Amino acid sequence: MPGHIIVVTVKIFRIALLGFTAVALGSTIACSQLFTAFEQRTEKRPVKDDKDRKIAPEFELKDAGGKVVHLADYRGKVVVLDFWATWCGPCGIEIPWFVDFERKYKDRGFAVLGVSMDDDGWKAITPFVAEKKINYRVLLGDDKTGDQYGGVEALPTTFVIDRSGRIASVHVGLANKKDFEDAIEKLLDTPADSTAAHSGT
Amino acid sequence: MPSKNFWILLPTALLLTAALSAQMAPTLTVAPIPTVKVKKGGSAVVSLKASLPAGYHANSNKPTEAYLIPLTLKWTGGPLRLETISYPKPTMEKYSFSEKPLSVVTGEFAIATTFKAPADAQSGPASQTGTLRYQACDNRACYPPKNVPVSVVVSVE
Repeated sequence: MPGHIIVVTVKIFRIALLGFTAVALGSTIACSQLFTAFEQRTEKRPVKDDKDRKIAPEFELKDAGGKVVHLADYRGKVVVLDFWATWCGPCGIEIPWFVDFERKYKDRGFAVLGVSMDDDGWKAITPFVAEKKINYRVLLGDDKTGDQYGGVEALPTTFVIDRSGRIASVHVGLANKKDFEDAIEKLLDTPADSTAAHSGT
Repeated sequence: MPSKNFWILLPTALLLTAALSAQMAPTLTVAPIPTVKVKKGGSAVVSLKASLPAGYHANSNKPTEAYLIPLTLKWTGGPLRLETISYPKPTMEKYSFSEKPLSVVTGEFAIATTFKAPADAQSGPASQTGTLRYQACDNRACYPPKNVPVSVVVSVE
């Protein structure tokens, strides 16, 4: 076989091998990451240790009555901060849990804040809140707030915040009611750390 | 002739791309639409081929629940007059977050639009433009609705 044909053949083989290897490895990594993501979503979400908790970003959003609400208004309470939307099916599963938690724990220093990411605003939210008999405060979210919380894109995304305003657990996607309840119970039994409110941002 | 570094950087770039794509919200892709030829006064069918990544679904054009955002194609500009839009036949799928099966589209699907060219349409090529709106979910989470611009070159003869 002439030399130049061998060279060309080797080059083609080399490129094909490289392409195949890259695609195979890429697919493997992508699949494993997807699998890990699903695992992370379904695994139990323990409450983070004190030292690993970061201060939940402050926000300023309006409720249905137009009143401006800050997260700082809830300092001293355990807060479930739920990013949701009316068009989000999994959010609709969790909302009755939060209604239940609000009723059950309200008097122990607990509150749920539902941050709706609906583009259509209160026009979409108000009838949904009535239909679902939502008994907790609902706020109209915006991209800025979503970005502050890590670019909330998958809904529901829910943060459980301790009495010191620190994020104790994060749930992305449909979670487990008992995981929420365990976290809330644990945090309600823990007094606020007076030093935490001023550490971090 | 690519350098040795090229052979190291290429697979690295490919691996990073694959890894990053696995962490992002699903993106519906629309295949380029071939040029459509139509005679003045005549009709033409434009087939828009779209696909969603495996594991994700979008609501069909007629979702089973009022609160769900339907798949919609809106043609907004161009020389042709819209006649009909035929959406893909949905499948009924049950998900962990729904009590009842939902009417959805998955994988690859096509939307056919029938246009009519007005008798007085200007001859020559022109763009017909529109927007495909969808809202996708997987089995545990949903992602904000997105608008994908679509465009086809039409040649009126």
